[in-house]
Amino acid sequence: MSELNGMNRPSKVRAPRVNDETKGFWDATAEGKLLVKHCNSCGENHFYPRSFCPFCFSDDTEYLETTGRGTIYTYSVMRRTKEPWAIAYVTLDEGPTMMTNLIDCDFDKLEIGQPVKVVFIDTGEGTAVPFFAPA
Amino acid sequence: MSIRGKAFIAGVYEHPLREATGKTVPQLHAEVAKGALEDAGLTKDDIDAYYCAGDVPGLGPLNQAEYMGLNVAQFDSTEVGGSSYVAHVNHAAQAIAMGHCKVALITLAGRPRADAKENYRTRPGGGPPADYAFEAPFRPVVTNMYGMAAMRHMHEYGTTSEQLAWVKVAASHHAQHNEHAMLRNVVTVEDVVNSPMISDPLHRLDCCVMSDGGGAVIVVAPEIAAQLKRPVVKVLGAGEAIKHLNGGKVDLTYSGARWSGPKAFEEAGVTPADIKYASIYDSFTITVVETLEDLGFCAKGDGGKFVADGNLISGVGKLPFNTDGGGLCNNHPTDRGGITKVIEAVRQLRGEAHPKVQVPNCDIALAHGTGGLLGSRMGSATLIMGGADA
Repeated sequence: MSELNGMNRPSKVRAPRVNDETKGFWDATAEGKLLVKHCNSCGENHFYPRSFCPFCFSDDTEYLETTGRGTIYTYSVMRRTKEPWAIAYVTLDEGPTMMTNLIDCDFDKLEIGQPVKVVFIDTGEGTAVPFFAPA
Repeated sequence: MSIRGKAFIAGVYEHPLREATGKTVPQLHAEVAKGALEDAGLTKDDIDAYYCAGDVPGLGPLNQAEYMGLNVAQFDSTEVGGSSYVAHVNHAAQAIAMGHCKVALITLAGRPRADAKENYRTRPGGGPPADYAFEAPFRPVVTNMYGMAAMRHMHEYGTTSEQLAWVKVAASHHAQHNEHAMLRNVVTVEDVVNSPMISDPLHRLDCCVMSDGGGAVIVVAPEIAAQLKRPVVKVLGAGEAIKHLNGGKVDLTYSGARWSGPKAFEEAGVTPADIKYASIYDSFTITVVETLEDLGFCAKGDGGKFVADGNLISGVGKLPFNTDGGGLCNNHPTDRGGITKVIEAVRQLRGEAHPKVQVPNCDIALAHGTGGLLGSRMGSATLIMGGADA
């Protein structure tokens, strides 16, 4: 897929607004790590990360480093614009499904179920945003 | 305690404008309120409850009650997008059943098209929600969020673009008879699937219109209903639900109607087979297909087959829907259509829909609102109504 590297990347990625509840997640992105939250009480992983487990409401949660790999749950390519983009949900190998954009790929060859891996794009403000590309 | 038979819809009014240049948002709210009051044969001073959502600038009921000079003992600004106003009917009916009020006013109004022309915005804003940082970088907009739901539904159930197109075709058959509808031309399945792709797999004609305008509904106690000259509509049952991304256990193939529908049917004491007419929120064709499945009009996954071949066209199919032309062809005031769904159901139950689309012997009708995004989080509200003798 090397010839597709750099294809369909956004021209600019805005830095996320980081808060105390999500600082751990965003700090890790700068090191190229994709985290989800793990609940020590019920054992479930969740996304987006929050202090309370959305399944059992325990506050005994901690970050879990993922492999950054998953599969496409669904996607949609915005066509009526100068620079089309592919929004998607990716189901991580660790369980949770997260919103992202698919990059470094041919938009006409995407498929639900296709294996993908995380690709971070630097925001220039100490964080990076997790995009995904075909694995 | 139930709302069944405890509250009646006595007046409705849909704003005729589709571009409201020169009018303010509070003014539009007042105009639709006045219209609904006149329809009911009531006056402003009869109102003792007011319901509105986020389309009211400022602090909702406070600013608008002041503008309209209302003295209310009950208010509610439940904000769940386009489903708000269907939920408001339920809340008003509950309040009336509980004896908290006797005449409730519900309004929706806005002017996004006029705002765009006059270069200012009147919508209220707020701080970003917790999900914002994890979604905004990926540019979720309305069309691609519904597109992702449609894509997954197609993948799991084999739903086709042609089947989705039938929803628009049915709406267009109805809109041709509505003089206020934005799009009155009858379209074919081919027209829909050959219209430009907006966000896969939704074409331009899979999307609803954008319009100004609005509507209002008056809900009253039985003793008020008995005094009024115009035909009243009995509220039989309602259900509400919020559906979201569930901590990452994402499933975009169903809507909150899966929960709001059964609750409404149970309270009303009827089943989907009893519904003669249905107003189904139609922001996109896929919204209708998933909602019909979730409400139990067909099995999960069979929505595409259910809507095909004109099954939603009045006088042709088994389930006449959105006989005003719906959001797909008539209007979608300030990007929220919940109130127009209630209004057309009232017209059907009063026998006052356009003669070409009026359902014969329409004694039980359903209105369903969807607010927010099928692709992430939404409010769902189902309302079942009957004639005065239902």
